[in-house]
Amino acid sequence: MYGIPDFLLFALLGGLGIALIAAPLGVFMVWQRQSYFGATLAHSALLGVSFGLFLQMDLTLSVILVSLLIALGIHQMQQRTQLSSDTLLGILAHSSLALGLALLSLQNAVQIDIMGYLFGDILSVTGSDLILIAIVGLLTLLFYLKHWQDLLNITLNPELAQIEGIRVKSVQLNYVLLLALMIALSMKIVGVLLVTSLLIIPAATARRLAHSPEGMLGFSLLLGGLSVISGLAASMAWDIPTGPAIVLMATAIFLILLMKKAPN
Amino acid sequence: MIILLSRSPTQSPQLYDPYKMTLLIEANHIFHRFEDHEVLHDISFRIHAGEIVTIIGPNGAGKSTLLKILLGLIEPTAGQVGQKPRLRIGFMPQKIQVDPTFPLTVRRFLSLALDPSYKNVKKWAGLFGFSANHTTALDQVVDELNIRHLLHQPIQKVSGGEMQRILLARALLRNPDLLVLDEPAQGVDVHGQAELYHFINELRKRFNLGILMVSHDLHIVMKSTDQVLCLNQHLCCSGTPQSVSQTPEFAAIFGDSAKELALYEHHHDNHECELAHGHIHIKE
Repeated sequence: MYGIPDFLLFALLGGLGIALIAAPLGVFMVWQRQSYFGATLAHSALLGVSFGLFLQMDLTLSVILVSLLIALGIHQMQQRTQLSSDTLLGILAHSSLALGLALLSLQNAVQIDIMGYLFGDILSVTGSDLILIAIVGLLTLLFYLKHWQDLLNITLNPELAQIEGIRVKSVQLNYVLLLALMIALSMKIVGVLLVTSLLIIPAATARRLAHSPEGMLGFSLLLGGLSVISGLAASMAWDIPTGPAIVLMATAIFLILLMKKAPN
Repeated sequence: MIILLSRSPTQSPQLYDPYKMTLLIEANHIFHRFEDHEVLHDISFRIHAGEIVTIIGPNGAGKSTLLKILLGLIEPTAGQVGQKPRLRIGFMPQKIQVDPTFPLTVRRFLSLALDPSYKNVKKWAGLFGFSANHTTALDQVVDELNIRHLLHQPIQKVSGGEMQRILLARALLRNPDLLVLDEPAQGVDVHGQAELYHFINELRKRFNLGILMVSHDLHIVMKSTDQVLCLNQHLCCSGTPQSVSQTPEFAAIFGDSAKELALYEHHHDNHECELAHGHIHIKE
């Protein structure tokens, strides 16, 4: 590419890829009021970084593994105890974040930039990150093509969905696993603390424009992409960190559309 | 008479024949306990095609647990539920909460009940529209239940009575053999209840549906109910509405106020008067 340095192109592609994956996961998170679940998963991702450093393995891989484990754990707990309680998720989110931070600080020998994990470092996106994002994107696409209507029915009422023959638990589990993958990969883009905003803000903004579930997904894709592009530009123009810039752009769009009268 | 639901040719509608009925679902010695607390004790009954069964019982009698077991949502501690092979159940929940952020019209809500793999070629039609067959079924149910004017409204904006009809329509769109209704008369005025019971009876007659209703309202039981099951952890009495109300067990468990069941029967003229010389609905 002429004019555009590689790292910027990678950042743009990575950011857009994550925004595209976040949209379908995000709309369901908003409809099912599960945003705190996403936040918990995101917070625990830092634990993955600590373990990765501890065991001296690839960090992306260790974050993916730990996120998947925690996602499975929460999923199981919710099945067992019907616990979707804010309190339990809150305890889990912050204790795992604290454990992650504590473990990180114990590894004095390693020079690490915690800020990069907490708030993202989109300019460090590599080619292999892009390949991983593409793979997860493809998985997400396949999952949604197959289960879109199932997911809508589960959102309406899980019991009714199950009576109507949908394999509710398996669909929910797949959703949670995709969510864990997405969160692990987006850590580089916006960081642990801001991942949930990428899931929720475009979806919430899209609600102001949409009249159907598909419409909301469409607008959410669009707004997510727009936030990434404008966030990158703002980050370049004013020399602010990219993760916060993307989230601020998403929030700005949300605030502008808040003035528009909500559709039904 | 409009044909409400299209059935496949292999499943031609049987005539209403109470003496030669297909067994739809059967509960065999169901026991259920939550930790140390037994909620269901030795429950057995059967529902045949064309039969209306009403389960009544006070709050905490185990009605919803029994319902969940029958619907396969939870496993009983002991006992089995037998179902006719490929039994199709249409379930009408008590209520449904749809988050305001979920943009969904009534029409879309109904169409979500339609099987997306109905025709493989039309798989995408399930996502963004409906196939011709689907539209016909949907249109017929919508007209029968008089909810056409609601189709383009957001599902969150409809009233309680309207929601009830929408949920019933959705259950019917599943093309069921067995219709399960959880507290169908709750929150519906007398007139609405009359219409609902009339419609349910029509369904049974026309399509030979088996119907299972659950109610905590001890005083009003639909007269056309074939079998009333009084549940209070165990089945304390069962039988026709008339016979049940005379058993001592019934009076013992449901108290003096329930000495008689008010039997509700629909008449086309003057149904409100008809109800008035039964017993006035008394809330618990």
